[in-house]
Amino acid sequence: MASQTKDLEKLVQQEYKWGWETLVEADTIPPGLNEDVIRVISVKKNEPQWMLEWRLKAYRYWQTIKEPTWANVHYGPIDYQAIAYYSAPRSNQDRPQSLEEVDPEILRTYEKLGIPLREQEQLAGVAVDAVFDSVSVATTFKKKLEEMGIIFCSFSEAVQEHPELVQKWLGSVVPYTDNFFATLNAAVFSDGSFVYIPKGVRCPMELSTYFRINAQNTGQFERTLIVADEGSYVSYLEGCTAPMRDTNQLHAAVVELVALDSAQIRYATVQNWYPGDKEGKGGIYNFVTKRGKCQGKNSKISWTQVETGSAITWKYPGCILQGDNSVGEFYSVALTNNYQQADTGTKMIHIGKNTRSTIISKGISAGHGQNSYRGKVQVLKSARGARNFSQCDSLLIGDKCGAHTFPYLEVRNPTAQVEHEATTSKIGEDQLFYCQQRGIPKEDAITMIINGFCKQVLAELPMEFAVEAQKLLGVSLEGSVG
Amino acid sequence: MLTIKNLHARAEGKGILRGVDLEIRKGEVHALMGPNGSGKSTLAQVLAGRDVYEVSQGEVLYDGRNLLEMTPEERAHAGLFMAFQYPVEIPGVSNLYFLRSALNSLRKARGQPELDAMDFLHIAKQKAREFGLDESLLKRSVNQGFSGGEKKRNEVYQMAVLEPRLAILDETDSGLDIDALKIVANGVNALRHPDRAILLITHYQRVLNYVTPDYVHVLYNGRIARSGDKNLALHLEEQGYAWVEGQAPERPQVAGS
Repeated sequence: MASQTKDLEKLVQQEYKWGWETLVEADTIPPGLNEDVIRVISVKKNEPQWMLEWRLKAYRYWQTIKEPTWANVHYGPIDYQAIAYYSAPRSNQDRPQSLEEVDPEILRTYEKLGIPLREQEQLAGVAVDAVFDSVSVATTFKKKLEEMGIIFCSFSEAVQEHPELVQKWLGSVVPYTDNFFATLNAAVFSDGSFVYIPKGVRCPMELSTYFRINAQNTGQFERTLIVADEGSYVSYLEGCTAPMRDTNQLHAAVVELVALDSAQIRYATVQNWYPGDKEGKGGIYNFVTKRGKCQGKNSKISWTQVETGSAITWKYPGCILQGDNSVGEFYSVALTNNYQQADTGTKMIHIGKNTRSTIISKGISAGHGQNSYRGKVQVLKSARGARNFSQCDSLLIGDKCGAHTFPYLEVRNPTAQVEHEATTSKIGEDQLFYCQQRGIPKEDAITMIINGFCKQVLAELPMEFAVEAQKLLGVSLEGSVG
Repeated sequence: MLTIKNLHARAEGKGILRGVDLEIRKGEVHALMGPNGSGKSTLAQVLAGRDVYEVSQGEVLYDGRNLLEMTPEERAHAGLFMAFQYPVEIPGVSNLYFLRSALNSLRKARGQPELDAMDFLHIAKQKAREFGLDESLLKRSVNQGFSGGEKKRNEVYQMAVLEPRLAILDETDSGLDIDALKIVANGVNALRHPDRAILLITHYQRVLNYVTPDYVHVLYNGRIARSGDKNLALHLEEQGYAWVEGQAPERPQVAGS
């Protein structure tokens, strides 16, 4: 048995493939944070006064609050004055008007990552917004989408071109007072993606943002806002990678989703930030706030996440189910290996009548990885007939890792139905032996078992990305579960 | 085909096999009987390569190769199959997908082209009909939510698809009603072939009403205490294992066993 465990551990050791760095000239504000830095960011982005004021309000509030410590993760103190809060590729200073103007080094970076930005090389049916060090460098298929009234652009551009939309919805789901990291983001966010789907429009292609952290000692603060107007539909995917560095980097993003009457938003994340080395040195601190608001009746928001990267993951994509009959879903696979830590889960807040939510969480721990599921289901008095189903499964590989489950249930309406199921299992030596006895090599067997374990979640991803995610899980564990 | 010489094996320091000798030739069907705890399942698991057991003495040759040095998958590639006493559940992995991966792994290891999904489906459905497996089980997760009988039938079905050269059935007949028992027995009979050998491990004589073995062995206290033809099984059924105990041949205790 011991030798099998050792083999498993060997399998889980695998190099991070996306760890190289791109050499581009960057325009970076020196490290440190004060009101002047925020003004500089705002000036660089040529922002209207209301935007600057919102940032400053957030900053002043941030100074009054403390970093949260309730998560089941451990890390040394973060020196917020040692972080640079703005970095942009210099060539990007006047935002490129076409792909031809984008720095070829950056284009090559995305090609290397398998994200071709030239439209003719695109994956069929996917429009991409590429964000490089917090600045959007290219957005594809914009024209085609514009013809349908769909807005898909960088956040900075949206502030310039569609200020009324941004002003109306910014902070409506995640207010600048929400939590320490979201407040910091509100003060210093540099860019991100903005999406607006007009009434009754079904977005004909997947929208996707690809985040790449490149610069050193720089915090990454993107902000994404998606508004789906009545009866519309959009499916959105984000992917992320970063170079290997031996210092930790902070990534504190905010995502806000708004679904009006009968609108539907599917939001999927394949998070593959650099997780740190085998000894736990370096890696991204991924402290992210994501929330969707089902504001209209019969609206629906689905979160799907595959979290394999980051040294520490701290995120709880949730849904505020305000509209009657609205539906919230959360499908998650979180994998921790080596010394990675993840404290992730969701928050479902039932306000409207007959609101429904489903939570499927799959945690995989290997090496010394620690994986916590933290989920809150809150049924308010008004939520007559609300229903929730939660299922949290944990899979352990080896005997040095851990899985933890922290479910919080708060039900204030007697007609509500709330179900919670949880399981923890070890990747069975029995299962492995069974596969091997049938001739399936151990690595393939592990990949097969892990993919089986995650099937319910992977099935929620758009086709092409489901395949990517499967491969990623295989690589992150080198076959331990497939 | 398979030669076991003076095989000793233990688990967690406790000796379970204490000098097993057995010779199985092509085309033969051997039944291995014995009371609980006699080491029947241990022998099957050691032959299949389960590493919780430590082989302390003896050797096993399979087609002239040292079987004990091969990994479990190498043994499978060489045509060894074990039907599990307790088939394992693999949630989220469909029976069909699992079996195709297994068959293609074997084919790949043998330098044969892999089968695509359509070709495989054809074979899988045909065998399901032949071996009395409900087709709906093919799409379900491996063994998950299967009844005891369905699990055993699924083992025999996998054996039929993978066409092993040496099949070891570890108490596949246990816990089956008479109809299921017949289906399993028919599966074994269908697999009889001059190039194949079968080692049928069983607790009861009952299955031997449907499968006629060439040899019957009784494993007792980690050794083969008796060998004979099918009449030995009948005799056992009448006399019980106490009879073996009374007549067990004396053997010197081997140090360290």
